[in-house]
Amino acid sequence: MSSSKRSANHMQRTVAQSTELLQELVAHLRQNRTQLREEWANRITEAQLLTAMTKEEIFTEATSVYDNYVETLATGTFEALQSYSRNLSERIIPRGVETHEVVGIVLLLRDVLARSLFAKYQGDFTMLNRILDAYEPAANRIANTVAVGFVQERERVIRQQQEAIRELSTPVLQVRERLLILPIIGVIDPQRARQLTEQLLRGIRTNRAKVVVIDITGVAAMDATVANHLVQTVEASRLLGATVIVTGLSPEIAQTIVTIGVDLGKMNTVGDLQGGIEQAERLLGYKVVPVADNALS
Amino acid sequence: MEVPILKQGRFLIATIQAALSDADLLQLRRALIDKVIRFRSHGVIVDVTALDVMDSFATRTLRDITNVIRLRGADTVIVGIQPEVAFAMVQLGLTMEGVATALDLEEGLAHLQRRAARNT
Repeated sequence: MSSSKRSANHMQRTVAQSTELLQELVAHLRQNRTQLREEWANRITEAQLLTAMTKEEIFTEATSVYDNYVETLATGTFEALQSYSRNLSERIIPRGVETHEVVGIVLLLRDVLARSLFAKYQGDFTMLNRILDAYEPAANRIANTVAVGFVQERERVIRQQQEAIRELSTPVLQVRERLLILPIIGVIDPQRARQLTEQLLRGIRTNRAKVVVIDITGVAAMDATVANHLVQTVEASRLLGATVIVTGLSPEIAQTIVTIGVDLGKMNTVGDLQGGIEQAERLLGYKVVPVADNALS
Repeated sequence: MEVPILKQGRFLIATIQAALSDADLLQLRRALIDKVIRFRSHGVIVDVTALDVMDSFATRTLRDITNVIRLRGADTVIVGIQPEVAFAMVQLGLTMEGVATALDLEEGLAHLQRRAARNT
């Protein structure tokens, strides 16, 4: 018999043995289901994990996680567990459950079960070792699967939210004949900045605007990329024959812009939106005069 | 392809109809300067609405035209730059400083008329 064949045989034997041991393990876990599950739930409460959930909820979830855990050990297939953990994450993420909690409870379960194995095989060290050899890789893989499932679900939620934010399009509004305002609120990333510019340039064309007021009162922070993009937007608007007035630069943003050395020489800036609109009206030759017989005055 | 240059009162209007080669651009420059001198024009409008690309040579030539015509005491306005072209130009750093721009022909004429009214 060649050595490779021998080692293949050896492997087969080990796999068969390990499956056999796992089945023994599963039988043990099924037998002691009530007690182990309760201990696990108690350990979760002790460790102050899943504080967002009530005791009953924890117990119900613990039961279904336990059953899925044992089921995965028994069948050795992870598809069911993957979809279960996705499902579980979907339910608990909106409740504010954190990643460390999910990883924590799965690791707790692994430890609780390992302890019960120690207790059961304490007389037979060789057997205990062999059981742990079978148990540990499977248990670690389960912990891994659940954690990855949770993180993936979270990332999916984050992506969805980013998408939603992106779709909150920034309106380009006409306030007077030939005068547009573009109020920007929230975080500007390069992609959104690009979208804003495209919308603005198109707006200038369709509304035949001569003056545009970009109001960034609602922008909390700005980095070099976005600041440069703003300058580019101003220049591109000029190429279309429109003058841009930027308003509402917060002291922080003003400092950032000066520190990173963006060339603001070409930018027209006014303190607030009102001042910006007033200057735009002057540029366009409007004069706003209060009427004496006003209903409000 | 030659760019037609129309005389409209005191102004000249050059409408670019299709993408121009470098030679065409130089020809446009020569023709515009000749006509400004011949007609004693006060202003020139270059309409680039039909262009969907503006490279550095085109940008530089347009700036040169503006500067040369300014030396003759006349104003130049570039009109009709498309939004996408404008953004691409800015990203390439082709900002055409010192060159007047307007949305379209109508705006360009209004701009030149305002300038002329101020100068007289």
